[in-house]
Amino acid sequence: MARDVIPIHRAAASSNAFEYFSTKKDEFVGWARKFSLFPYPFVTACCAMEFMAVSSTPYDTDRFGAALPRFSPRQSDLLMVVGTLTHKQAPILLKVYEQMCEPKWVMAFGACATSGGFYQNYAAVAGIDKIIPVDIYVPGCPPRPETVIDAIMKLQDRIAGDRHPILTDRF
Amino acid sequence: MSTPIRDRILQALVPADGEGKVAHGMPEITVPAAALLGLVHRLKDEFHFDMFLDVTAVDWPQRTPRFDVVYHFYSTTHLFRLRLKARVPVAEPVVDSLVSLYGSAGFMERECHDMYGIVFRGNADLRPILLYEGFVGHPLRKDYGKTQEQPLVPYRT
Repeated sequence: MARDVIPIHRAAASSNAFEYFSTKKDEFVGWARKFSLFPYPFVTACCAMEFMAVSSTPYDTDRFGAALPRFSPRQSDLLMVVGTLTHKQAPILLKVYEQMCEPKWVMAFGACATSGGFYQNYAAVAGIDKIIPVDIYVPGCPPRPETVIDAIMKLQDRIAGDRHPILTDRF
Repeated sequence: MSTPIRDRILQALVPADGEGKVAHGMPEITVPAAALLGLVHRLKDEFHFDMFLDVTAVDWPQRTPRFDVVYHFYSTTHLFRLRLKARVPVAEPVVDSLVSLYGSAGFMERECHDMYGIVFRGNADLRPILLYEGFVGHPLRKDYGKTQEQPLVPYRT
């Protein structure tokens, strides 16, 4: 299966003035993007219970701007793979990932998505990073809601500190 | 209360070349694969075992014949369970399908075919149900490697 992913390249700086403005632009875009994470929950297994807990009132991911799940990958920025990935499902996950528009981030939620967990057999993929690139891993079986919130905040920090080129060499 | 039906089953149904015993209170009948369909016919018609619970298999790598195909039935009349085992060799792992008697046997026989490669003669639809098209081998057989994987998507390097 061909993988046609548009990479985000760092903007090549040409002068100090350009660098200054582009950094300010990156800060602004990063600030905007980090508070509008629209997650797409790719929920396959029991970690879903913990996902519901973390999105509901006591923990409330809405505080981080990451509460409204979009049930279409085309409208989302954050792919949360919640649960075990089987070999039979791997093509579906890859298709979902490829349908998401740039910029996009991937969270491996729980031990199974991170490493296959305690599954090592004919059916389970030993970690979704064998199929798609992962930005942040959440340990735990299942993770505590605090762990997930920590992961979201770490991802936000990363987004805020990242370069956000508006133009890449592909378009 | 359930003792009479248990004894009647064991008296009436165990064939000459089979074996009958009581395991954990449940009658267990071992038959050659050829005698299976006739026996289940009698079980359903005479003893009211109207519910097909499951079919699976057990792999005994050292034994000949190698596989036990294990059936469980339930009677909603007698509120009673029964286990049936048919022995099949690895060279010709074929038993008769029970789809003609129990419609629900179709999917469970497909699963058993996936996992152990048992062929159910008379089941018209033995496509993979839990595995995927193109999977080679039968993962629950003892000679299938414990960590042998067959990825559909090439791994990132």
